[in-house]
Amino acid sequence: MGIIAIGIQRQNRLKILVIMNSTIQLQVNGKKHTLAVDPATPLLYVLRDQLALNGPKYGCGLQQCGACMVLLNGKAEPSCLVPVAAVKDKDIITLEGLVRPDNTLHPVQEAFVEEQAAQCGYCMNGMVISAVALLNEKSQPSDAEIRAGLQRALCRCGTQSRIIKAVKKAAAKQQGK
Amino acid sequence: MNRRNFLKNTGCLAIGFTISGSFIDVPAPMFQDLPQSLKRHPNINAWLEVLANGQIRIFTGKLELGQGIGTAIAQVAAEELDFPIKNVEVVLADTARTPDEGYTVGSGSIEQSAMAVRYAAAAARQKLLVLASQQFNIPVDQLTITDGKICTLSGDRVFTFHQLLNGKQLTDNVQAPVALKPKDKYKLVGKAIPRNELNHMVRGEAYYVQDLRFPGMVYASIVRPPAYEAKLLKFDEKALQKTNPGVLKTVVNGSFVGIIAKEEYQAIKAQRWLQQNSKWSAGAKLPAARDLITYLKSLPEQPDEPSIKGTLPGKDAAWIKAQYFKPYHMHASIGPSCAVAIYDNGQLHVWSHSQGIYPLRNSLSKLLQLPTEKIHVTGVPGSGCYGHNGADDVAADVALLAMAYPGKHIKLQWTRADEHAWEPYGSAMIMEAAAVLDSAGNITSWKYDLWSDTHSIRPGGEANNLIAAQSIATPLKAKPGHGGGAARNSEPYYTIPNQLITAHIVQGPLRASALRSLGAYANIFAIESFMDELAEKAGKDPFAFRLAHLADERAKAVIRKVQELTANISLPANTGLGIAFSRYKNTASYCAVAAKVFAEPAKGIIQVQKMWAAIDSGEVINTDGVINQTEGGLIQSASWTLLEQVKYDAQHITSRDWVSYPIMRFNEVPEVEVVVLDQPNEKAMGAGEAAQGPASAAIANAVYKACGKRIRHLPMLENLMKS
Ligand code: FES
Ligand code: FES
Repeated sequence: MGIIAIGIQRQNRLKILVIMNSTIQLQVNGKKHTLAVDPATPLLYVLRDQLALNGPKYGCGLQQCGACMVLLNGKAEPSCLVPVAAVKDKDIITLEGLVRPDNTLHPVQEAFVEEQAAQCGYCMNGMVISAVALLNEKSQPSDAEIRAGLQRALCRCGTQSRIIKAVKKAAAKQQGK
Repeated sequence: MNRRNFLKNTGCLAIGFTISGSFIDVPAPMFQDLPQSLKRHPNINAWLEVLANGQIRIFTGKLELGQGIGTAIAQVAAEELDFPIKNVEVVLADTARTPDEGYTVGSGSIEQSAMAVRYAAAAARQKLLVLASQQFNIPVDQLTITDGKICTLSGDRVFTFHQLLNGKQLTDNVQAPVALKPKDKYKLVGKAIPRNELNHMVRGEAYYVQDLRFPGMVYASIVRPPAYEAKLLKFDEKALQKTNPGVLKTVVNGSFVGIIAKEEYQAIKAQRWLQQNSKWSAGAKLPAARDLITYLKSLPEQPDEPSIKGTLPGKDAAWIKAQYFKPYHMHASIGPSCAVAIYDNGQLHVWSHSQGIYPLRNSLSKLLQLPTEKIHVTGVPGSGCYGHNGADDVAADVALLAMAYPGKHIKLQWTRADEHAWEPYGSAMIMEAAAVLDSAGNITSWKYDLWSDTHSIRPGGEANNLIAAQSIATPLKAKPGHGGGAARNSEPYYTIPNQLITAHIVQGPLRASALRSLGAYANIFAIESFMDELAEKAGKDPFAFRLAHLADERAKAVIRKVQELTANISLPANTGLGIAFSRYKNTASYCAVAAKVFAEPAKGIIQVQKMWAAIDSGEVINTDGVINQTEGGLIQSASWTLLEQVKYDAQHITSRDWVSYPIMRFNEVPEVEVVVLDQPNEKAMGAGEAAQGPASAAIANAVYKACGKRIRHLPMLENLMKS
């Protein structure tokens, strides 16, 4: 645990406050982590830089593109702005956490590979996470519901048509099980 | 001279006509034009190595940009060597390992790199058979390769490549003619082989430059000027240090300002603080108050030779005229540009998603005054780039920082605003078309003028065009790009006896460079919109009108295919079908596109419901690769066409996020259907840029059919009301 200084601007005078770098417990992919971190740090940086996870990606840092999606208590949420302190009681799942203990893929992941639903693949995290959350809520979504469910996630390579097919395939797989 | 001595004496593989393996009955063609890449790097082992673990390793100087080049290259290598594709490893662009193949651009990866690998692998095959014949004293025509092993035809003896070479590599030159595997024996090429990297991506394994981590790695951010050419006047470094814990170093070199911090979020916060707390000169003003069309046409032009055919009639002929416009577009990669670098022991190592790591190394050498031998650039995939985005610039930024803060790996991830505001855009363009029809409705004369900025300021081994180079203490002056790309596809592919085509190359207000398909997108948008306007004047159907003006059967075939695909669709009220065609660069892939669009101008609605494409890119290596690229091209082009334009005020770019520069989201994305017309006996041509142009015009033509509005200025949604 380190000591860090943060500055705040108040009445045009700069005051330097010295605070403790908090210890935060996070539940990520089924494991508890105790981390020394500035509690204001957005979750994304903690996941990527401290926990060395690659799934959530930096895209905009503005909650506009979905590249950084994670599951927070089963719901797909961007991780690029939410302070890590605000999610310490949540169950956080990243793309890595969808892979099963026997190393096989989650049906949604499987469907993305089968449909080759990527070009550069940078958006894939947001797409897969959004799709998992969607299918948790609605096991057999219509086309319009799939589009709505993935609306927050951008793809610049233009692979959306494949992604829609992949989500449908995943829905069918999950129903078959 | 016997065969063996002949080979030994020439030291090369001129063997197509003397030696055979399982291709015994296949004479090599007498004339083969080897790809330039291969001519520059003629040794087999520049492209291919046999590994002890039973694998082969293929080297390409191209980078994976999401176009699937790694898979395509593995396919051709495995095919020629009859090798299991799962045991083919492909090493992408690295200045220490792979051939220098310049830039990964212009849909050239298949034409150059994959073809170089094809010849190298074929030459390796022949050489391996000869070696086996010599070592085991078996006539070469009794040997063949099956499943990656050399075996006798009877199957009683089997040798692996590695056994045969015993740790050595094949160093012979590949020389034409080389016997290639006959195409009717192909098992992998022309098939939809899945891209293996998706398995890694989908698990969140480290794959992108953004995923690189090194022990002790530190994080950087860059503070750009608030305007082009603005100079840093002052900032209080002490206050920065005080208010921003974790900052390890501030690097100030003229007006180039970088921050290095222990943690990534600290670097970002320090960047924000500095943006608020630094003073800059005013910089260059942008002509925000002026209409961009009038402004671009008022600028001085680079001299350019017009292209002329036949003789045009005078002013009093019945000219039909129209003016089209395309604003500045962004590459708008989902992951902003990123690079990692370390300067240690006099050596600089940079990891970059640049499209040209060898040119980048030369540019860095000039920027840093460091000899190229001291610079190692490793290509690592990034987010899809679609041309010249911020990749080279971020690499230069981080290299400067690494030199100033040696001994540590430094990661620089540009922010969304960094990328949006500073990447080089696809140039705005004005296109003015005019034509004369004869009484039978044929186009007899064609006059076309285009105004555009450059379509390439790629650094090309110089440092001048790197953003950082223009800000450092001894700044370099930006070099004007070349105008060539602006005229791409400015000549119609149709048979028109009299033509005059003039490109007016100007230096526009914004930083511009290569965006997917360069000028072809705007030129085809204009030409193919105009073709529909002319068809209407001639009283002809758009399919028939185009077919009547085409001589090339392959061009006609893609158009007929799209006609067939859309023959039975229903078109309810306010719905229209539009088509367009082009042959990319007039020498590469043929692509016809149809769009079904619902349009309601009163409500400002244009909905592209479905798009079809038929594409002929010659010999197809990976069918799914061509389909994927074409589907993506349709959707990306639909987004450019309907929604996109870079906005700016007098000071700088105001499109700095996804709200101020919207791109298509799921609710707007059309359904797409792509048919590939494979031509196994034709030259393989890149497919990645073929759909951009025709997709835009097909939408414009469909909007017109749907609601009677001819939208000639992009983006369509904004101009729908105005028209
Ligand atoms: S990075 Fe979080 S939404 Fe874009
Ligand atoms: S596959 Fe590249 S951004 Fe979606």
